[in-house]
Amino acid sequence: MSGTPLQRLGRNASEWIEALGQVMAFAGAIASAIVRPPLRGRRLLREIYDAGVLSIALICGAGFAVGMVLGLQGYTTLVRFGAQESLGAVVGLVLIRELGPVVTGLLVIGRAGSATTAEIGAMVSTQQLDGLRMMSIDPLHFVVMPKALALLFVMPLLSSLFTVFGVFGGYVIGVQLVGLDGGSYMASLENAVDFRDDVLQSLVKATVFGALLGVISTYRGYRSPPHAAGVSRSTTSAVVTASVWLLLTDYLITAFWGV
Amino acid sequence: MQGSPPEEVHVELECVRLAFGEREIFKDLSCQFARARITVLMGGSGTGKSTVLRMIGGLQRPDSGQVRIAGDDVASCPEAEVQRVRQRLGMLFQEGALLDSMSVLENVGLPLREHRGLGESEIRDAVHERLAAVGLEGVDDLLPGELSGGMLRRVALARAIILDPEIVLCDEPFSGLDPPNVERIEALFSELCRMRGLTLIVTSHHMASSLRMSDQIVLLRQGRALTGTPGSLATSGDPEIADFLGSDGAALARQVSADVAT
Repeated sequence: MSGTPLQRLGRNASEWIEALGQVMAFAGAIASAIVRPPLRGRRLLREIYDAGVLSIALICGAGFAVGMVLGLQGYTTLVRFGAQESLGAVVGLVLIRELGPVVTGLLVIGRAGSATTAEIGAMVSTQQLDGLRMMSIDPLHFVVMPKALALLFVMPLLSSLFTVFGVFGGYVIGVQLVGLDGGSYMASLENAVDFRDDVLQSLVKATVFGALLGVISTYRGYRSPPHAAGVSRSTTSAVVTASVWLLLTDYLITAFWGV
Repeated sequence: MQGSPPEEVHVELECVRLAFGEREIFKDLSCQFARARITVLMGGSGTGKSTVLRMIGGLQRPDSGQVRIAGDDVASCPEAEVQRVRQRLGMLFQEGALLDSMSVLENVGLPLREHRGLGESEIRDAVHERLAAVGLEGVDDLLPGELSGGMLRRVALARAIILDPEIVLCDEPFSGLDPPNVERIEALFSELCRMRGLTLIVTSHHMASSLRMSDQIVLLRQGRALTGTPGSLATSGDPEIADFLGSDGAALARQVSADVAT
């Protein structure tokens, strides 16, 4: 690329802003497709099944494992201060406020987001989207909208599931392994958790992450070059872009919500 | 090359210019396609045959010029208008472009479900009728991945004609097919044109079948269109045509022309 470093920086910045504008326009087109009939209920249910139901085992297993690790690490730290009775609160708050939505988002990107990009990209390369256009069917309405909407729906549910299994994992370590009192574990959790600051924040984060994943993974697939290497690059790019945006958005929501 | 003028122009490209970046595909392309006839678009690789079909289908807009379908210019009208015009078109893509996640029945019935508001049994009957027209039965529940190449093209053709279009665009329908399947598809095209009065615009590298089934041939060379019949191809003194056909192609064109005459 020619020009001075400053010119290159300017060019890159303007390209980045242009790309961001295209993603925003794409998100707007999906939003307008959601309110345009027909509803595409059958396709939406299928996508919810693919992205949500088929992810349940992964999310539950991961949540349980993360909860157990938090239980062990939390106990080791808290016992130094004689505060081991607060283990339930620590595990619960960390899971509800942060790890639940964030880890669920990263897992869903890897499992369902990448599959969404690859599937739409393959449809581009095999002219299936052009085939729909030639039947006067808008591919954005028929293919993209149900996939994006499904990710938006399933993220808060999967995140909640992750959190519940995480709390249970922490309980198994704290109560069954270390020997804390089960009632104290649950009571400290119950006393520490605030609905608006913790649970609502968690659900808002998961919903925003779902919208982000839906838009980024479908956009990358929809704009995929029509060949195998292009689909592969788009899939990788979707995973990386969505992961980075998820972490940035997590920080922004946490900061603006008021820690 | 001068062929006999088409009886009634159904599709017309006029002064079309199209470039992809630095690469100019068409400089000043003008050609016409007759109603209820089979026109084969021929030309070497990269001459823009598939692009012509995409422009007619409104999937690719030219940089300038007009693409008229029975008078409607799809090159300049809004997308909503293009969608309305597309309901008069069917397109058979090179790889079929069937939706992999849907069965044959669902694929072929999709346009009816979207645009006609028919009940399930009516859709099923219409799909069976079209599948029978392309020589298929008992394939309702198969997925596209379970079909052979020839069956895939025929299912895609059934989908392309399910809304009774006026025009069917076919992109390389013979590529990768064995001779019996080529003949079967060729016969189907002839039947669709003669019996149903469809206008077929076909791109093909397959010289023999192109010459056999076509009423009109449009040869794309260096961004221009040369139009004629298989007979006029054979007798043309144009060096570009002779170069494209080669000696075997010219002999075949003469043979086809003689067969038609007798």
